Amino acid sequence: MAEFLDWRLWGIVILCGLATYIWRALAVVVGGRVSPESEAFKLFSCVAYAMVAGLISRMVMLPEGVLAEAPLAYRLVGIGVAVTVFFAMRRNLAAGVFAGVAAFALLIVFAHTPV
Amino acid sequence: MPSNYRNKGGPIARGMIDAIGMPALTLFASMIGYGSMAREAGLTLWTSVASTALTWGLPGQIAMIELYALGAPVLAVVLASSAANARFLPMVLSVMPLFNEALPRKRWRYLVAQFMSLNPWAAIMRHGPGMNPADRPPYYAGFAGVCVSSALLGTGIGFVLAGALSREVTLTLVFLNPVFFTLVFADARGRAAIMAVLAGVVAGPLFHLVSHDWGLILTGAVAGVGAYLTDRVLRGRHG
Repeated sequence: MAEFLDWRLWGIVILCGLATYIWRALAVVVGGRVSPESEAFKLFSCVAYAMVAGLISRMVMLPEGVLAEAPLAYRLVGIGVAVTVFFAMRRNLAAGVFAGVAAFALLIVFAHTPV
Repeated sequence: MPSNYRNKGGPIARGMIDAIGMPALTLFASMIGYGSMAREAGLTLWTSVASTALTWGLPGQIAMIELYALGAPVLAVVLASSAANARFLPMVLSVMPLFNEALPRKRWRYLVAQFMSLNPWAAIMRHGPGMNPADRPPYYAGFAGVCVSSALLGTGIGFVLAGALSREVTLTLVFLNPVFFTLVFADARGRAAIMAVLAGVVAGPLFHLVSHDWGLILTGAVAGVGAYLTDRVLRGRHG
C-alpha cells in the first residue's frame, strides 16, 4: 500500500474538496436571511438555473474526457431523441433517458466511426 | 422523542424513494465513468473515492484528475477544480431560503451545503416549496444520502473495472448523465427558470470557448442575471 501514502495526491484531493466547499460555505454565510419570496431568491435561482443548464449544454457540445471521443452528431441525436420521447410520452423521464441513451449507444456501436 | 419520530421518518423515506431510480442510477453510472477515468489519471482507489466524498461535484473532480495527470502544480489543480464547481455558490444560495426557517442553527446549513449537488438541488427546488418547512431537511437528507451512497459505490466500482469495460460501454455510461439532466431541466417550471435554462444552454458552450476555467461563472453572471432582469421587466409590464 505504498500508493496509499502518496501525500501529494492526498493533499490535492483534500485541497480540492476544501476549494469547492468555499463556494458552498460562502452561500450559507450570505444566504442566511433571504426569504423564499424575496427578489434576491429569484435572482439566485436564475443564476443557478443558468449555470447548471450551461454546464449540461457544455458537456454535450464541448465534452471533456471520454465523451469527446463520440462525434457531436451522435451526442446531439441522443439528446434530441431523449427530449422528443420525453415530451411525447407526457414527460416520462425514464422513457426519455432510455430512448436517448439507447439511440446514442446504437450509433456508437453500429455506425462506422473511429471510436 | 417518539412523538416526533413518525413525522420525521416520513419525509426521510420519501426523499430516499425519490432518489432511488433515475437519480441514483444516473449518478452511479457517471461515477463508474469517473472512477475509471481517475484510475487512468493515476489516482488510487481511496483517493478516487475520497475525492467524490470531499469535492462532491463531478466537473471539479474531472478538472482535478485531468490536471493531476498532466503533472500541473498543486495550486493550478486546486484553482481549476474550484472554478469548475463555482455553480455551488448560486445553487446553495437559491435553496438556503427553503432551509433557513427549519434549520435555525447555522451548523446544519453548512452540512446541507456540503451535500448539495445537481440531483438533490433539482429535487428540493421542485418539491421543497410545496412542502412543510420542517419536512425539507429530512427529505433532503434522505435524498442526498441515497445519492452519496450510490456515487461512492459507483466510483469504487468504476476504479476496479477500469480497462475491463469496452469504450462503447464507458461512453454510454458517461452519456447517461447529460441526457438525464437535459430532461430534468427541460421540465423546469416558471417563466424565469425556463428563460434562465434557455439562456444558459446557449451561453454555456460559448463562454467555455472564451474561458475554459471561468466560462461557467460568466454564464451564470450573464445568462442568469439577464434572465432575471427580463423576467422582472415582463412582470412589471403584465402585472
